[in-house]
Amino acid sequence: MTGNYPALLVTVPLLAAFVIYGCSWLHKRSCLFMALLGLTIPFAISVALLKKVLINGHISYHLGGWDPPWGIAYELDPINAIVLVAVTTVALVNLIATSKEIETRFSDRRGAFYALYLLFVVGLLGIVATGDLFNLYVLLEIASITGYSLIAMGDPARAPLSSLNYVFMGTIGACFYLLGVGYIYIMTGSLNMADVHALLPPLYHSSAIVVAFIFCLVGVMIKMGFFPLHSWLPNAYTYVPSPAASLIAPLMTKVMAYVMIRLMISVFSPKFVFSSIAASNAVVWLACLAIVMGALMALAQRDVRRMLTYIIVSEIGYIVGGAWIGNATAMSGAVLHIINDVLMTFCVFLSLGAIARSTKGYQIENFSGLFKKIPVTMATFVVSGLSIIGIPPTCGFFSKWYLILGAIEGGHYGFIVVLLLSSLINIILFFRIFEEAFFVYPKTNAVHTEGEASIAIAETPFVTLIPLVLTAILLIFTGIYSGSLIALIIKPVVSAGLL
Amino acid sequence: MDFLLTHLVAKYNFWLYIILMMIGLYAMIAKNNLIKKLVGMNIFQTAIILFYVSIGSKRGGTIPIVEHIAGGGEHAINPTRYVNPLPHVLMLTAIVVSVSTFGVALALAIKIYQRYKTLEEDELLTRIRES
Repeated sequence: MTGNYPALLVTVPLLAAFVIYGCSWLHKRSCLFMALLGLTIPFAISVALLKKVLINGHISYHLGGWDPPWGIAYELDPINAIVLVAVTTVALVNLIATSKEIETRFSDRRGAFYALYLLFVVGLLGIVATGDLFNLYVLLEIASITGYSLIAMGDPARAPLSSLNYVFMGTIGACFYLLGVGYIYIMTGSLNMADVHALLPPLYHSSAIVVAFIFCLVGVMIKMGFFPLHSWLPNAYTYVPSPAASLIAPLMTKVMAYVMIRLMISVFSPKFVFSSIAASNAVVWLACLAIVMGALMALAQRDVRRMLTYIIVSEIGYIVGGAWIGNATAMSGAVLHIINDVLMTFCVFLSLGAIARSTKGYQIENFSGLFKKIPVTMATFVVSGLSIIGIPPTCGFFSKWYLILGAIEGGHYGFIVVLLLSSLINIILFFRIFEEAFFVYPKTNAVHTEGEASIAIAETPFVTLIPLVLTAILLIFTGIYSGSLIALIIKPVVSAGLL
Repeated sequence: MDFLLTHLVAKYNFWLYIILMMIGLYAMIAKNNLIKKLVGMNIFQTAIILFYVSIGSKRGGTIPIVEHIAGGGEHAINPTRYVNPLPHVLMLTAIVVSVSTFGVALALAIKIYQRYKTLEEDELLTRIRES
């Protein structure tokens, strides 16, 4: 049983998704329970796998007993396992926290919503765990197609069109990736990542391999919303229904950033990426541009949700920049930032979803007086905001710290300047919201809220509040323990791959 | 002439898929109607499917079904006689993916049409701006 954990990780939520859709015809109330079950089991499995990987090292699981170069293998190293834990944790906690909203908002379509939710998680888990290039494409499309559908369930006026634009961009991205894999297959005759990694070194000078790498990279960069290719992201993540926003926004882009690092380390090798291609400077500068543009465009928004989507663009810039600086410290920072960013973005979107219950909209003006009204929910929003800015006890600080150390080591001083600049802009971004929420009282705009003059405390219901507070505490704990996270989990893998 | 032979004629399958891909990409970028864009997207995906199918083929290769003569036992299989089935099998999955993407995209187009009564992008944008 324990030997089959990697397969169960993906198959349990997959089966649960189908069962839920069946259930929705027979007995609507059991859907939520099935969905919770279908996410709790993978969560437990991923934690068990992390423990096992930390004790025994690398696990290679052969699906159906077929040996790797022919069959599909699931590869688990410590970084894989920690990303899996992050994905399952976010998916489970988000489902618990938003269950009430899902049940009321999608009462007649809840079967479809839960099924898509679980399929999305299946896709992400598969992407992280798989050791096969083509399998990665299929799971990537599972995650993307369910993502398109979840986004389209949002605001009926804007969501379908934003989702369709995402379909166009996402399909181009996936097709580029598939094309790159095709070139790798022509040259090596293999699709297994470890096998390709072993077969490639004599072919590094070949232009077909360079083209393959570029196609894969551009495809993945479209999917993760890296700056010049991010145009689908802000609209798609603005109009997504809020229970899905706190699932998709933290996970999809970060998992794709992880795929990029995976391609760089375990399919190609750092030697190829940093010496043969010699594009690392250009990509780091592009990442700098992504960070600055993301921050500036966020500054131009009055809509808080839209502002956060641009912050995601900026954060992706950090990760890409850190990965391409090309030394172990920066790479560790990038991997740590993936995990931290999953948690921060999750916390900020979840608390925004909870805040939206008691505001009329997502404009900054709507936030006035919220600290009086919903103190605990706003406190979690503040913690996640501070983490995105990078204030010490929260986790955002530590990954930025490693990124800066790596940049100094690699001599990329532009990256450091940009990183500090964007942190400063983030301070402005968040403190203008905090100011509105703390110092401006709704009495000033009483004209708008004549009907409900009372500023009674209307705190978020406990089912949402408790997961939210736990996530906020987790942000601080991840920060405090980030040293051991780096030493135990990230460093061994990264330094084995890098010099 | 040499260039023509080595790069154009001998590798005509690559040129075909590049041309198809560019047609698809052009339609996705330049067309105003969402359905035309969708068709462009499908052409784009099909181009890559054809590319995969073409790389599996071999001169003089036959379909990869290994004949077992009754009582013949195991005999050596000469792989040069058969086309490579793997890219074709992969493309079965890719076709499923492209069909489902297309399905989702068409469903989205229906939703957009129901709301705005148009699928022309410029009209859509003006209507969104007005509302």
